[in-house]
Amino acid sequence: MTNIFNKRSSWVLPYFIFMVLFVVLPLVLIGFYALTDSNGHFTLSNLAAFFTDAKIINSFLVSMEVALENTIICILIGYPVAYILADKDLNKSAVTALLFILPMWINALMRTLATAEIFNTLGIQLGKGTLLFGMAYDYLPFMIYPIYNVLNKMDKSYAEAAQDLGASPMTVFTKVTLPLSMPGILSGVLMVFMPTVSTFAVSEILTNNTIQLFGSVIQEQFYNLMWNQGAALSFVMLIIIGITMYISPDKDEEAEGGLI
Amino acid sequence: MNGKKLISKTYLALILFILYAPIVFIAVFSFTEAKSLGNWTGFTLNLYKSLFTGATPSSASLIAALKSTLIVAVIASAISTFLGTLAAIGIYNLHGRRKTAIKLLNNIPMLNPDIITGVSLFLLFVFLHVSKGYVTVILAHITFCTPYVVLNVLPKLAQMNPNIYEAALDLGATPGQALRKVMIPQLSPGMISGFILAFTMSLDDFAVTYFTAGSSGLETLSTYIYADARKGGLTPELKPLMTIIFLVILAVLLFVNIRTFKKTKDKTV
Repeated sequence: MTNIFNKRSSWVLPYFIFMVLFVVLPLVLIGFYALTDSNGHFTLSNLAAFFTDAKIINSFLVSMEVALENTIICILIGYPVAYILADKDLNKSAVTALLFILPMWINALMRTLATAEIFNTLGIQLGKGTLLFGMAYDYLPFMIYPIYNVLNKMDKSYAEAAQDLGASPMTVFTKVTLPLSMPGILSGVLMVFMPTVSTFAVSEILTNNTIQLFGSVIQEQFYNLMWNQGAALSFVMLIIIGITMYISPDKDEEAEGGLI
Repeated sequence: MNGKKLISKTYLALILFILYAPIVFIAVFSFTEAKSLGNWTGFTLNLYKSLFTGATPSSASLIAALKSTLIVAVIASAISTFLGTLAAIGIYNLHGRRKTAIKLLNNIPMLNPDIITGVSLFLLFVFLHVSKGYVTVILAHITFCTPYVVLNVLPKLAQMNPNIYEAALDLGATPGQALRKVMIPQLSPGMISGFILAFTMSLDDFAVTYFTAGSSGLETLSTYIYADARKGGLTPELKPLMTIIFLVILAVLLFVNIRTFKKTKDKTV
């Protein structure tokens, strides 16, 4: 019996080896290239550029600002959508919910290009406003989906109990529904914030290359064969992601299954 | 109550309108020939004709890009499904710290922004002196697709009776037979949704392909569109192509979801 168990658990080995080679080793290499110069000697100057190069600092701050604004816009627009979709009195059709998630499956560049074309046709000048609109447009489904999932699985009797005990609809929402849906908002934030910071093509298309996000700076450095410098900026981003992962609470693993 | 319903419906309709406006816009203007969008010069199917015949140089390279996109997506998602299913069975039979560790490892590619995955794999191929092309792009796509297959197959394993595999072995099946005749049929819904997910992730990807295709000349639809947008001129045949891709995805997703919806309904009845 134990023999069979050992055998079947060993089926994970090919994947484990694959992951070490194509996930772990590449991430280690980012650190390696970040901390060496083009001759392979140890240096901190690549990392120092993040704190001293005005262009890099500036694009980092702009990216953080855009990502923060985009995340807030997505929550403000997406939460009511998820709430209405999950409310059985207001929406009975599963297809309507599907329609909101569907754009997630269409090539983001295609959608972005289409949005930029609309702005061009309407004669709206590309810039910060169009960037925020396009970003919200791209990432809204990623905010709606996790919140909808959490609200849909939520035990409605909590809200009903609060109502029976005399809470106003507003109190029920702020004291019961909203706190219970926090995990959904958090995974939405994870799916919107860092990807916004790191996009490159999308921001170029939506601003006619007038606003450079952090992802664009990294891409530009690799494009100009400055691998060590590019690796250093990727390394900084990796550290930020690591910190956010560490801070954010563990997600419900079982809820992850069946993404479509 | 009625007012609340009306406001809700209006709000949903408004957001849906905004979400789909660009797609509908592209679809409408795929039926006219004018170069610039928003300029209607009469109904024609010429762009569709030119797309399918590859009559213009731009449509020929667009078709080439579509072909390599599909080649990469089919191979990467097929290998991901195989590797991911095997891994899921392994993970399911692991316990304790090993299980936690490999699940954590499985999460990394999903949490990493595309650009990090792209840059890290770019550095790996540089480090190993592997020349870029189909092989590197497909390996990269397998890397970010497989975790989703694992996550789709794991719940199916949890639902499965763990004894039937052993029963098959006891009744004289070889492990290979037991896998093919007993396990796979039980896991197939998870494998199919994992495959579809991997396929669309692969179709959708831009950043990872951009970094792992390098200057090999391999263009997928995403990198083609990016190069196109940088030049400032949109290949006219992109419009009919985007329209077709959208309709195909819509049809597949509706089909898959309505099927699973019906199944869960049957079970509860």
